Amino acid sequence: MFDFTSETFRVKVGLAEMLKGGVIMDVTNAEQAKIAEDAGASAVMALERVPSDIRKDGGVARMANIGIIEKIMHEVNIPVMAKARIGHFMEARILEALGVDFIDESEVLTPADEEHHIAKSDYKVPFVCGARNLGEALRRIAEGAAMIRTKGEAGSGNIVEAVRHIRTIVKEMKQLTVLGKEELVHQAKELQAPLELVEWVAAHGKLPTPNFSAGGIATPADAALVMQLGAEAVFVGSGIFKSSDPSARAVAIVQAAKNFDNPEKLLEASRALGEAMPGLDIAKLPEGELMQTRGW
Amino acid sequence: MKKVGVLSLQGDFAAHGAALQRAGAEPVYVRHADELAGLDGLVIPGGESTTMLKLLRYDGLMEPLAEFARRKPVFGTCAGAILMATEVSAPAQESLGLMDMAVERNGYGRQVDSRVTSIKPEPDFERRTAPGKLEAVFIRAPIIRRVGAGARILARYGGDPVLVEQGPHLAATFHPELSADLRVHRLFLEKL
Repeated sequence: MFDFTSETFRVKVGLAEMLKGGVIMDVTNAEQAKIAEDAGASAVMALERVPSDIRKDGGVARMANIGIIEKIMHEVNIPVMAKARIGHFMEARILEALGVDFIDESEVLTPADEEHHIAKSDYKVPFVCGARNLGEALRRIAEGAAMIRTKGEAGSGNIVEAVRHIRTIVKEMKQLTVLGKEELVHQAKELQAPLELVEWVAAHGKLPTPNFSAGGIATPADAALVMQLGAEAVFVGSGIFKSSDPSARAVAIVQAAKNFDNPEKLLEASRALGEAMPGLDIAKLPEGELMQTRGW
Repeated sequence: MKKVGVLSLQGDFAAHGAALQRAGAEPVYVRHADELAGLDGLVIPGGESTTMLKLLRYDGLMEPLAEFARRKPVFGTCAGAILMATEVSAPAQESLGLMDMAVERNGYGRQVDSRVTSIKPEPDFERRTAPGKLEAVFIRAPIIRRVGAGARILARYGGDPVLVEQGPHLAATFHPELSADLRVHRLFLEKL
């Protein structure tokens, strides 16, 4: 049985609640972490290379160097997240021992296991996982994730996949709310998700964990768009430190996440930003280069 | 029905809104200074205090909030309590200074040290609400290191104050909005 009332689940989801309305920024060193904190980031994600560089360099992308994560943890007072490879439960155990505040079991890194995700409910540290649809989100929550984010297409600077994923998740949740009991049993089968989680979503019209967006957010307008579509906070990966003026862009995206329904304020935040990161046409990417199809 | 603002720049404002509703008040999500008009009180939720502070400055909300607090009660939890304190450490940062107390950020440690615990409130709290232990959800919580002469401590954890009242204002280092028990929110509503 999934225990929504267990203390560990509540404490994990509790931290995710504290991050709502904020911006979680990818950083690769202590100086970037400081810039992010000074701009008003609600948390930072410590990693060795931002997704657009992982995409460019190729090879195997692993958990970041511990020394880098430690320096970042030492530098800032906001929560520090770090990524572990999908299914790599020993990277996750090491990050937990290090004391990071959140682990992202992430498709941005090269998967370590092609069948199994990490059994996340066994950990004291909370996990965030990517999802493209409701079934994937609920499978991750069943495994113990305390936060869901859209996968989007990391490192692309293209918002189209994050939009597709948040729209899909929100639409599938809405659909559940009008179904009867026996229809929910059928939907649980279709979604390949536990019935009790499907029933919970049907009763509440939302996920049992916060629902954030990631993967392709590069501008204040992108952040506001996914917030309008139902995301409760945003992750910005390559979008900040691959732009021409990271500090100004970080401030602008923090303001956009708060003022997502106020076009005048968004206009103000969008002025004098310099160049955004270069973007990729996802339709032209070969199948094997997509990150969003990692994980299941 | 009392109209209570919930500062909704960042953090768990939705959880506070739901708790206020359950306690019989009408929550109003506040993101701009003009939304403070007509409110009976204001909640500053949990979240990241540095993020909230930046947004308060970006939007010129520091002075309107301080002015509101001179007229009406304010209740802060966790990051909200940090913003209400006169003195903040680890590291030092600006605050609204609504309550004479010293608060140390993340005083209980990182997320692995976060916990749900049960505390025995002071008799004064039980008398004004209802008897019984209080569930306290601590998430990367700050520690209150000192309270001023005019403060009343309503609950402690490990000897340190965790629920403090000073004049019209109330501050908690834990998150009553994440528990089913509504006594802390009801106590705040009593003050309006």
